[in-house]
Amino acid sequence: MMDKETYAELVSRTAPKSKHFSTIIRAFLIGGLICCIGQAFADIFAMAFPYLQKDEIASVVTVTMIFSGAFLTGIGVYDDIGNFAGAGSIIPITGFANSIVAPSMEFKKEGIIFGVCAKMFVVAGPVIVLGILSSALIGIIYWIF
Amino acid sequence: MEIFLTYLTVFAVGGTICIIGQILLNLTKMTPARILVSFLLAGVFLEAVGLFKYIKDFAQAGVTVPICGFGSVLVKGAVKGANENGLLGAFLGSVTAASAGLTAAIVFGFLFSILFSSKNKS
Amino acid sequence: MEKGNQTIIFEKSPVIIGTYSIVGPMEGKGPFGTLFDHVIEKPEWDEPSFEKAECKMHRHAIIHAIEKAGLDESDIDSIISGDLLNQMITSSYSVREFDCTYLGLYSACSTIAEAMTIGSLLISGKHFKNIACVTSSHFCSAERQYRYPLELGTPRTPLSQWTVTGAGCMILSDKGIGPKITMATLGKVIDYKISDVNNMGAAMAPAAAHTIITHFKETKRMPVYYDAIVTGDLGKYGSELLLKLLKDAGLDVASRHFDCGAKIFGDDEKKYQGGSGAGCCNVMFCSYFYNKLKKREINKILFIPTGALMSKISSLQGESIPAIAQAVAIENME
Repeated sequence: MMDKETYAELVSRTAPKSKHFSTIIRAFLIGGLICCIGQAFADIFAMAFPYLQKDEIASVVTVTMIFSGAFLTGIGVYDDIGNFAGAGSIIPITGFANSIVAPSMEFKKEGIIFGVCAKMFVVAGPVIVLGILSSALIGIIYWIF
Repeated sequence: MEIFLTYLTVFAVGGTICIIGQILLNLTKMTPARILVSFLLAGVFLEAVGLFKYIKDFAQAGVTVPICGFGSVLVKGAVKGANENGLLGAFLGSVTAASAGLTAAIVFGFLFSILFSSKNKS
Repeated sequence: MEKGNQTIIFEKSPVIIGTYSIVGPMEGKGPFGTLFDHVIEKPEWDEPSFEKAECKMHRHAIIHAIEKAGLDESDIDSIISGDLLNQMITSSYSVREFDCTYLGLYSACSTIAEAMTIGSLLISGKHFKNIACVTSSHFCSAERQYRYPLELGTPRTPLSQWTVTGAGCMILSDKGIGPKITMATLGKVIDYKISDVNNMGAAMAPAAAHTIITHFKETKRMPVYYDAIVTGDLGKYGSELLLKLLKDAGLDVASRHFDCGAKIFGDDEKKYQGGSGAGCCNVMFCSYFYNKLKKREINKILFIPTGALMSKISSLQGESIPAIAQAVAIENME
């Protein structure tokens, strides 16, 4: 029978690959669209609540986007968007919301504590841990120098 | 006209960030969690070296809606805290700045997972 | 049996006197949808969780296979069973209402062949008279154990396979009418250092090739002896690799090869490589192939389910994917 090296070479040469062109176009379109929706929220909030600071508007937009991502996950739409858009719907903050709601919803059958609460961050946990870790480190570096 | 240009920039920059993610997804065996972390750390890095501000002025939501925006907020908070309150500030700052996003994620995450259930795919 | 041989020839070949297959809605819409005994409308099947729904399918398959074979539950001496979930909860929980002995097996998607082999040995050795061999898998319960939560927006790669929602059960007996299990070639665990968990076809193809080559060498049979050489769930790409590996070794089976995983969903492009799972090749055998054997449209099958033996833990620790393939010969006697 064929040896392992020849086989590995055969597999890496012949395995079906993702269709580059179409996946990239779709990621671009949906990713760009989600960012424009975020921009639209920012513009609308700036008009509706003129007394808000720029930073506060940014926070309200983040909350709105997270709400939308979480809601679309709940009604079972976000994974269809994800299947179509790939990275286009993973990288925006709505994808972060999706990665929190999806596991906690899925593991609900194992109870509120060990299901919903414990599994909430199985996918998003690394983002929060590494985000806070690296920013705290940078803060400390700023403090030292 | 100006507003059209703004949105075009937002679209182009946001879309381009996602293209980079998609290329990583296609060419490497990176899982979505790794992609999220990479872009978050890219945001952290750009903010730390002071470049993020310029990109944000130019692209607005095009760079704040992707997860890099979250990384930038964390670093901005930590640095601001360190400048104002020293070491304690470096610890307080990052999560304080990102508290709206984190709380929203937990509140809506909990709410919707209680209200809805996973569905089969076809 | 000579030392070192992998093939067992059963002295008293057991008869497959009845089969039953039950599948999920997606499989029901596929090209073989009308052949399955029962298609459930919703994957939850009125149960509070997908695991419980899988259990219900498993139990349903056993009860109805016994009925179709014309037996009574009290006639069954043993249930040999397996599934994909951790600690095989589907199998164990679904047989707790039956008053007979139980053997739980795991070799991933090839479990049914292992069950048929052990069942045949027990009957051939005159220890038992009637045995139920049953396996199942469920897309929704397997997905969260092996991959991600269902609602997570992760795109599928072109190499991915869909776990089949389904359960199949066959009743083996020491007497009766039907096709017989004449031989079994046990497989070895083969690891060709494929570590991409999405590419299970490539991980399993060498195991399938190894068992098939061994089978033909030890039995001195030729591929033309069989009307169909049926592999488990290599998928479309895995099947290509298998044919290439066999051709390299001088065996040409292309004209009589059939891969259950590659065929079960037809040409649906969204299913990429096709189906997989412990239920996949089992429901195909219990419906399509068993019907054909009964009608004598085909008379000799070599059935080779394949299994990828990794877990989420092993792949996170950077391990490659070991695989196994077990071959069973099923023949209509003159």
